[in-house]
This record gives sequence, structure tokens and C-alpha cells, in this order.
Amino acid sequence: MSWLRRLFTHKQLESELDRELRFHFESQVADKVRSGIAEGEARRLTRLEFGGIEQIKEVCRERRGTLWLESIARDLRYGVRTLRRTPGFTAIAVVVMALGIGANVALFTVVRNILLKPLPYHDAGRLVSIYERDLRPGHPEWSPYLPVDAGSAKEWQQAAQGMAEMAFVSPWQQYNVSAEGGKLPERIDAAWCSWNFFPLLGVEPALGRVFSADDDRPDAAATVVLSYSFWKQRYGGDPAIIGKSIWLNSSPYAVIGVLPRQFFYSTKMWDTHIQAWTPLMREAPGSLLANYEDHEFLVTARLLNGTTFPVLIDRLRAVQKRIVAAHPKPAVHDSVAGMPMLDDVVWGYKTPLYALLAATGCVLLIACMNVAGLLIARTAARAREQAIRNALGGGRLRLIRERLAESTILSVSSGLLGLALAWIGVRWLVHARQDMPRVENIHIDGVVLSFAAGAIVLCTLFAGLIAAASSVNTRILSALHESSRTHTGGRAKAGFRRALLVAQVGVTVVLLVGAGLLLRSYERLCGVDLGVPVDNVLTMRVSLPVVQYSKPEQCVEFFEELIARVRALPGVNAAGLVSTPPGEGWGGDDVMSVVEHGSPNQQGTDMMVRGADPGYFRAIGIPLLSGRVFRGDERLQRANVAVISQAAARVFFPHENPIGKHLRDDFSGQVVEVVGVVGDTRWYPSALPQPTLYWPIYGNDYSVATIVVRSTRDAASFALPVEKIVADLNPNLPVSDVMTLRESLHSTNLSYEFNAVLVLTFAFIALVLAAAGLYGVLAYLVTQRTTEIGIRIALGAQRRRLIALILTDGLWPALLGLAVGLVASGTIVRLIASMLYDTQPLNVAIFATVAGVLMLIAVVACLVPAWRASRIDPLQALRME
Amino acid sequence: MDVYVEAKGRKKTEDKFDLPQGTLDLLIMRVVSLGPIHGYAIAQRIQQVSREALQVQQGSLYPALHRLEYKKLLSSHWKPSETGREAKFYELTAKGRAHLKIESENWTRLTDVVGLILKGTVEGL
Repeated sequence: MSWLRRLFTHKQLESELDRELRFHFESQVADKVRSGIAEGEARRLTRLEFGGIEQIKEVCRERRGTLWLESIARDLRYGVRTLRRTPGFTAIAVVVMALGIGANVALFTVVRNILLKPLPYHDAGRLVSIYERDLRPGHPEWSPYLPVDAGSAKEWQQAAQGMAEMAFVSPWQQYNVSAEGGKLPERIDAAWCSWNFFPLLGVEPALGRVFSADDDRPDAAATVVLSYSFWKQRYGGDPAIIGKSIWLNSSPYAVIGVLPRQFFYSTKMWDTHIQAWTPLMREAPGSLLANYEDHEFLVTARLLNGTTFPVLIDRLRAVQKRIVAAHPKPAVHDSVAGMPMLDDVVWGYKTPLYALLAATGCVLLIACMNVAGLLIARTAARAREQAIRNALGGGRLRLIRERLAESTILSVSSGLLGLALAWIGVRWLVHARQDMPRVENIHIDGVVLSFAAGAIVLCTLFAGLIAAASSVNTRILSALHESSRTHTGGRAKAGFRRALLVAQVGVTVVLLVGAGLLLRSYERLCGVDLGVPVDNVLTMRVSLPVVQYSKPEQCVEFFEELIARVRALPGVNAAGLVSTPPGEGWGGDDVMSVVEHGSPNQQGTDMMVRGADPGYFRAIGIPLLSGRVFRGDERLQRANVAVISQAAARVFFPHENPIGKHLRDDFSGQVVEVVGVVGDTRWYPSALPQPTLYWPIYGNDYSVATIVVRSTRDAASFALPVEKIVADLNPNLPVSDVMTLRESLHSTNLSYEFNAVLVLTFAFIALVLAAAGLYGVLAYLVTQRTTEIGIRIALGAQRRRLIALILTDGLWPALLGLAVGLVASGTIVRLIASMLYDTQPLNVAIFATVAGVLMLIAVVACLVPAWRASRIDPLQALRME
Repeated sequence: MDVYVEAKGRKKTEDKFDLPQGTLDLLIMRVVSLGPIHGYAIAQRIQQVSREALQVQQGSLYPALHRLEYKKLLSSHWKPSETGREAKFYELTAKGRAHLKIESENWTRLTDVVGLILKGTVEGL
């Protein structure tokens, strides 16, 4: 009979044991009766000889080998019973821990799927991303990682032979997909890639094939590989698409393959879903491919046979040094940097996600401490019972086991509730943060479930053992004394809870400080002045395919016609065209130098370059500071005029009037005359205003433009009429990136808002828990000291002084915790410095505010029990015993 | 095993002595080896055979029986006893029989050796 079966046949075994012993008993009685003793006396004697029949049974059960299981079952049963007796306590404990566990599991799910899981490529651990970097002074420090020029890339590839295989991607390409088969025209994000890109990643197409070396030649036939989602969405997942042609920029491209659904490509430089891939050598203009100054490529490399990453980087740095010596131009970068591809993909998400996970960990810790505190309080309330059981021989281990059983029940039920919360939390996170890489693959899996199980076990042990540790020390006699007549009772045990409280308050302070800093960053970011009024402005992008609009005149004509008709729409206050509006991205830069300042070989300075029409400045609201904006006739051949921003005027013309001076584009050699100075704008909300040059969008090779519409009412309502105008002019032209300026601002501030709100929520929960803890301990102490307080009052103690006495008693742990928390925050906040915007980690105002808020809450939490103590009726108190 | 057996007819302070580990098991198995027998009879038999010197307490007997059964050295079944009441009868299993043989030999050897040493002369030691 296995022990398991014994356990299930428990009832039968028990009755057999009972029968067996009873038989023995009766036989013994019968023998005694036979030897002449009266039956009553015989029974009495037998019972004496027998001793405790229950004890015998217990030893038998133990020998049977199922006792441990039975007793666990019994402990759990007791646990459930005790917990059911105090439903309020149980509910609070379960909810508190469920929140903690749920938040942790949800965050861990995200961390695991985004940061920890290997990329869905073959042997992804050997894939690295390589960038250029510029160590010379004067280069913007905003990014140590710069994209790569084709010239360097080719030399790297040569130099790294045998060490690493390299593939190149240029992800910032777009194509117009023509209207066909009743589908609307569409503008899609696309990438050029070298033919070896997919083989290097080890990606097999879901359908058809990927590029071969023959597709990746300037004279090859046009081919395209579609992403899975684009194929599904535009072509309805039709497998017959393979071999058919689709029209990109008004030219036919043969679809040769569809990528698998789980394929994705994302780097710190590029995180937008790429819908179509075309071969690099065929698509890129020849001038770009031999160039060291135009940085258009991202490099992915696979380390070969034992080459380590630092070795490869050292090799490439040497190559780059040679390149910069051979091409001493300011736009040629002088160094190389890189990182594992996984780090590249999750760039910018690592610190925030780990910080959030740490925050949820703190919340769980606090929750556990609270539950432990509550369990201790209950244990303390049952001190007399425990002591009696102890005196009667109840093992200490048994008492610990009971505490553990209680905390097991609490942890497991809150764990289950927490898992449900985590499931909801993950769904919400995925929904709220579509910007995160790999977000579509997030799900709860086995590892996450084990994590949850681990969290539950930890909670059980933490809460249970702390509670048990505080009860085991009880000296039997003193416990019995305490609960009868000694009136400073329970203080030692409260000491334990106070230590817990110090820790709890400390962690809360850290969370509050973190939340404060993040919130301030977010507030700073929202307060950022883009340089233009952001309300009631709609932006939408049109781009003209080169095949149809091959001559600049055609583009200019189209744009002029378009903007004139947009301006004529009723309700439109002003409208303009620009290559990239403020706050909507990098948009392009160029190296310029001042003609009047000397020789052509002098080093130029990098500045942002924008194409704009004459009406743009009024439409977007950039103030004209001096000079004038463009005139309508400054177009095409006469488009060699420029308006510069105030920052540009400061950098290029520090002590002179820029109007009438000339700037030369170091790359193309084009010279423009400065005719006006306008206000500064930001290309990205958290980036400082860069020197910017505007030149006429009518000319200067612009075939892509963003329409800016300003109105006095809701600008979004103009999207449809403007799209109608575009379709009127050319039904094949797609309109993309339709959004108001405020929406685009909001989407870039999203991650800051998200972090701030989440951490603030956690900090708030922590604060509530800490307050509850403070209140609980003090209320308990007051109850314990009721008699003592009663006596004091009876002897004439002033109620106000009593309040002060109790209050200081309760505020001590808060003060201590506050000090600990502030010191800890001082070091911890440095870790989140990269998540902050325009906010010093050691922000005195925030630290002071946190201290103030915490003390206020602590005083409120302590005041209630203190006040209650002062209202104690001495007669009642003394009668209570 | 904290088994103790009371030796009858002595003073209370002296009448408890610890049986060496496993001895009670050995006694029980020996008694059971003579044929199916219930717990009460086992106790009686040990008492008789030891000429009333050993009295096995219920608190030691039943846990030992249950443990032996759990170790599959004994098997049991219910049947009417001599008085007509249902009783639980124990029997040696094959494993129990083998075990008893080995343990008895061990015991004999041990007591021989111990006796040899205890009775030996100083020179012999």
C-alpha cells in the first residue's frame, strides 16, 4: 500500500486503528473480569494501564508514514478556518499581495519577452550592430552611435573577412504603392538591404524566396520582398502574389517572397515596421555607394568562428582611422562603436523596464512586509493561546508551520488573483505601448508562470517566517504574564514590526523620489516649447514618385496648385509646405560654411536643413525676427535663398548681421544667400533646438512635402478635405502621417508619461501600505497599553501630553525610515538618470517634497490611534482586565 | 525507537529499561512467525514466554506493528478471534521471514560477543 493510497483510504485506516485498539482494550478488560475483578474496576484499571489511547493512535499514524501529509492538510484546514474568521483581514492581505504579485508578473512578462528572449534569428547571440561614432570635439553628444556611409561599410566588409559577415540595411526608405484592383494608393515604409541580410539572420521566407546575389546588382530586374503583415493587409494573404508585379513609385516590382510572421527588424535608429524590402545595390543611387560623407546605412554583422566582439571593433577602428586620414572631411566619422543586436533592438527600453520591474519589486516587498506585520499582530493577539499550547507541549515547529500555512494560503490565493491581474496588466501594457520593440510577441509563458510560482513561494516564506520568528521567541511565562497584568505588554514584538516599518517607509521613500523625478521630467517635457504654437495644427505628408514627376517643374507645379487649393478651404487660417515640421523628426542635415568667412576648405558646421514654401512660417507660427521670408518667385533656378534660425545665426554669424551673407553646402557646393532670421524650433521635444536652415521647397530637389494646416477650430477635421484635393490632383498619390501637431508631441512624450504614471501609481500604493502599517502598529500598541494609559489618565495625565507621547512613539520608525530612504535614494536615482529629461537626479525640491508628504501621511496615520488613546475612559480601561 | 518495556515485580524506579534498538520488532516478529495472531495475543504471548518479566505497553506495541506492516515485513487481515469478535491478525510476509532470520542470527551473534566480553577475565581482555 503506497503512502498516497493510505492517505486516500484515510477514513478506513482510522476506523481500523480504532477497532484494533478497542479489541485490545476489551480483551484486556475481559481477562481481568475473568480473573475476578468487577467489570467497572476492570475497565478503570485497563484504562490506567492503557494510558492515552489518542496518543497511541497518533504514534501509529506517525509510524504509518502519512502523518506529514495529513498534518499539512490539517494545518491548511486550520489556516483556512482562522482566515475565514477574519474576512476583512484576509481580503486586505490578499488584495495587497495580489497587487504586488500581479504587477511583478506583468512587468516580468514584458522584461522577459522584450529584453531577455533571444531575437528570432538563427544563433542570435552572435549578431551585432555596428555604428560609426565621432570622438572629435564639436560633434553632437546626443548620439554616440551614428549610421554608416557606404564607403566605410564596404571597407569594413573587406577588412572583417574571416572574422565576421556583414549585411547592410537602409531602413529610411519609402515607396508609393499605386492604386490597383480597387485598392487605395498607399505610402509604405521600406528598406534597402544587401542580398545577404536575410541569410545572415537565418530568416527563411514564409513564401517564395529572399534575394539572391543576382537580384542585388544595379542592372538586376526590380524585385521586392513583402512583410507578412503588409501581405496580409494589402493583398489579403494571397499566395498567388509571388511572381506578380506591384507598382512601387510607378515602376513594376516583381514580388519574390513574403517574410515569416514573426520576423521583425528594429534598431535604436529605426523602430517602424518595414513593409517592403528591396535589394540595396539595385535601388541605391551610385553616387551614394561610393560616398564617405552620407551616412545612410545600418550594419548588422555575424561574428564568425570564435571572433569576439571587441576584436572585431578594434579591427574596424583601425580601418576607420585609415579612412578618415584618406578623406579628411568633417562629415567623415573617425571611430566605430557597436553593441549586441539584442541591445540595439531594445535600446532605450532597457533602463525604464528594469526600473519599473524594480519598482514593482519594491511594491511586492512592501506588501509582504505589511502582510507579515498583520500576521504578527494576529499572533500577538493570540499570545496567550500560543503560550498555553507551548506549555502543554505544542512544538515550536508546529507553531511555525501554522504561521507558514496561513501565509501559504494567503500567498497562493493572492498569487492566483495576481496572475489574473497580470494577465490584464500585460494586455494593457501591450495596448498602451505599441512603440516598444517585439511588443506583439508578448505573452505569459511557462517561464513567467515559474516566476509567478517563485514569487508566491518567496512571499509565503517572507511573510510566514517573519511572523513565525516573532512568535517563537515568546517566553511562555512572560507571555502568560503579559497578557494578564503587565501593562507595557507586547512591546518587544512591536519592536519587530517597527523594524519592518522602517524598511517599509525606506522603500516607499525611494519609490516616491523616483516617481517625483519622473513626473517632473514629464512635466518639463510637456512644458517644452517646440518653438511654435501646437494647437489646431494638422500635418500630413504627400510624396511624388520620381517616375511620374521626373522634372523639378512638375513637382513645384503640383505643390503650388495643392497648397493654393488647401488655402482656399473654408476655415483654413493658413497653410504651408515643409519637408519636416518641428517635433516630427530629424528630417535631414547638412554641413554648411559661411562663404564670407574664408577659404572653401575651412571646416563647416552641421545644421538641420528644411525645405519650406513662403507661407510655411506664418502657417506653423515661427516668428520672423529680421529680414524677410521667401518670395513666391524664388523657385527652381532662383531658389538659392535661405532663412536661418536664431541658433544658426548665433553659431554662424556670432557678431554680425547674417542678412545678405552667403552659406555654402559643403557637400553639393551650392551657395545660398541668407535673407531672413526666424525663431528656433525643436526637431524632437526632448532635444535642444539645433541651428536650422530653410530654403525654398519649390526647387532644391524636393519631391516629398508635409502640408501644414492651421485653423481656429479642430484642425483634424481638415484631413478629409485635404485628402480629397490630393486625390483630385492625382488619384494615385497616397497621403500619409496624418496627425495634429499635438498628437505627434503626445506620441513622443508617451514613454515619459507612461513611466511617470506607472511609478507614481506604485509609489502611491507603497505610501498607502506604509501608512496602513504605521497605523496598524500604533493602534496595536495603544490597545496593548490600554490599561497603562487608563491608569495614567486616572492619575491625572494630560490628554494632550498623552497624544504627544503616543505620536512620538509612532513617528520614530517613520523618521528613521525616511532617513534611510533618502540616503538610499541618493544613490539609486543615479541609475535612472537616463530616463530623466532636464531634471537633476539629486533634486532638492523633490527630496524635500517627498519628505514632507511622507511625514504628513505618517502624522495623520499616527494621529488616529493617538487621539483614540487620549479618549480612553480610565474606568473602562481598568475594568477590561 | 523509544520503546520501553516494564519488567514486572520490581520497584517502579528500576522496572523501566530500554530495549536495544529493534529488539521489540524482533520479539514481535518471532511471536508472529508462529502463526497468524492479533495484537492483544502478541502482548500476552511475550508476557507469558518471558515469564511475566516483560510487559509490552500498547503505546509501544501498536506503533511497532504498524511500522512493520508499513515496511511490508508483516501483513494483516481481519477475521473473528477466539471470542468471536473481529480482530486484526498479523502474519509474517516472505520478506518478514527472511528479515527475522537475519536479525535473529545477528542478535545471537551480538549477545554472544557482548556476553563473552562482559564475562571475560581481565587477562582475556
